Amino acid sequence: MKTTATKITAIPDRVGFETLKGLAYVGSLARLAGESAYLTFVGPFKGQRLHPQRAFHQAAAVGVGAIPIVSLISLFVGLIMALQSAYELKRLGAIQFVADAVAISIVRELGPLITAILVIGRSGSAFAAEIGTMKVTEEVDAMETMALRPVAFLVAPKFLAMIVMVPCLTIWADAMGIAGGCLFGVVGANFTILSYLHATQVALVLRDLYTGLVKSALFAVVITAVGCQEGFSTGAGAEEVGRSTTAAVVKSIFLVIMVDLVFTALFYATNS
Amino acid sequence: MTAPNRDAESPMISVGNLRVSYGEREILHGISFNVRRGETLVILGGSGSGKSTLLRTLVGLEKPSGGEVWIKGVNIAQASDRELNEIRKKMGVSFQGGALFGSMTVGDNVALPLREHTRLEESTIQIMVRIKLEQVGLASFEDFMPSQLSGGMKKRAAVARALAMDPEILFFDEPSAGLDPIIAAGIDQLILELKKAYSISMVVVTHELASAFLIADRLLLIDRGDILAVGSREELAASTQPRVRQFLDRVPEPQVEDELSYLQMLTADKKAVTR
Repeated sequence: MKTTATKITAIPDRVGFETLKGLAYVGSLARLAGESAYLTFVGPFKGQRLHPQRAFHQAAAVGVGAIPIVSLISLFVGLIMALQSAYELKRLGAIQFVADAVAISIVRELGPLITAILVIGRSGSAFAAEIGTMKVTEEVDAMETMALRPVAFLVAPKFLAMIVMVPCLTIWADAMGIAGGCLFGVVGANFTILSYLHATQVALVLRDLYTGLVKSALFAVVITAVGCQEGFSTGAGAEEVGRSTTAAVVKSIFLVIMVDLVFTALFYATNS
Repeated sequence: MTAPNRDAESPMISVGNLRVSYGEREILHGISFNVRRGETLVILGGSGSGKSTLLRTLVGLEKPSGGEVWIKGVNIAQASDRELNEIRKKMGVSFQGGALFGSMTVGDNVALPLREHTRLEESTIQIMVRIKLEQVGLASFEDFMPSQLSGGMKKRAAVARALAMDPEILFFDEPSAGLDPIIAAGIDQLILELKKAYSISMVVVTHELASAFLIADRLLLIDRGDILAVGSREELAASTQPRVRQFLDRVPEPQVEDELSYLQMLTADKKAVTR
C-alpha cells in the first residue's frame, strides 16, 4: 500500500514527467515543420520532387473553401465589437472613436485569431482525420514501402498551402471585420461609408497589420504541425481517428492562444 | 554494408537472430531463416504469433531491437534511410486491405511509384500501368476509384501497384484474408501465375492452410515469436511435432486441465503470466 509520503513525493515526479512530455511534443512538432521546410526549400536541389499540384489542391481547400464562413463570422464579430465599444464610448461622448476601436482590435487581434480558430475547425481537424485514416488503412505504411516519404507527400504541401492561405484569409477577415464595424458606424453613429473608412485608415498604422500577419503565419505553422502530428500518432482502429481529430482541435486552439500571448507580449515589449 | 559475395547462390533475404520488441514486450525472440532467389516462402502462424510483425520488419516498417536482416546484401536493420529506400524500390508490398490511396484512381495508384522514381515519359507510364493492370485482371478498371472496387479487386490492384517497379521481391500480407473462397482461390491463382511469369522471390504471410500449401515452395511456421518448423510442403505435412500438428490439424487450444493450474491462472500476478 502506498503511504501518504510516497504519494506526496510522487507529485514532483509526475510534474516533471508531464513537463518533459509537453516539451517532447513541441519537439516533435518542430521536427515535422523542419523536415517539411527542408523538403520544400532544399529537397528540390537534391533531386527530390516537389508536389506543387498537391499544394495547390490543399490551398484551394484551406483558403478558398473557408472564405464564406470567414467572411460571415468576421463581419459579425466586427459588428459585435462596434456595438460593445460604442456602449462604453457613448457614455464618454466619444462615439466617433468606434472606428478606431474596431479597426485596432480586429486587425491586431481578432482577425488573426478568428481566422485561426476557423481554420483549426475546418482544416486542422481535416488534416488529422485524413492522415489518421491513411494510417489506419496502412496507406502511410504503403507509402513508406514504396520509398515515398509521407512527410514530403502529405505534410509539406499542407505547410506550404497554410503559410500562404492563412495570412490571406486573415487580411480578408480584417476587411470583413471593418465592414461589420462600418455597418454599425453608418446605422448608429452618424458615419458615412467613406468617413468611416477614412477614420479607420487614420487609426491604423502599418505595424498593426504586419504584427497580425506575422501571428497568423505562425498560427498556420502550429495548426498544420499539430494536425499532421496527431494524424501520424493515430493508433489502430476507427475510434482512434476520432480521438486524434479531437486532440488536434483542442491542442491547436491551446497552442494558438499560447503563441498569440507570447508574440503579443513580444510586440508590446519591443514597441515601448 | 555490402555482403562479401553477391553471386546467384546467395539468398535474397537472410534473417539472423532477429529480435523485435514493442516497448517492453518482445514479439520475436531471435529468429533466423533465408529466402532463396526465386522461391516463394510462406510464413504461417496463428493470430498474435508475430508473423505480421516479422513482415513489417522485413519491409523496414519496424526497427529490430537485435539481429540482422540482409536483403540483397544490405542489412536493413542498420541501413540509412537512403540505402533503405534504394532497397525498397526493388521490392513490392501488397497490404492486407490493399492500402490503395483513396484520393487517386486505380491507374494513378499504379503509376505513382513510376512517376516518383523514374523519368519515364507519361505515355510510357500509361502503357506500363495498363500492362500491370491487365496482368492482375483489372484491365478496364484504370479510371475507377479504389472505393468503387470490391475487396478482391482492391487486392489485385494492390498487387498491380506492387509490381509497378518490376520488383525482385514481393511481399504479401494475408492475401486471402476476408475474401470468399472463390475470390481467394483467384488470388492464389494470381500468385502462382506471377511465380511462373517472373522469377520473383515472394514472401507470403498467411494463416490459410490450403492457400499456403498451394503456393509455397517452402513454409515457415511461426508460433509465439519463435520458429516452430521450416521446410518444404512434404516435410511440414509429415512433421510429428505436436505444436505443428496442432496447427495443421486445426486442433483448438487445450482447456486448462487440472484445478491447481486453473486456480493459479485466476490468482496469478499479472507480471508472472506475461513474460
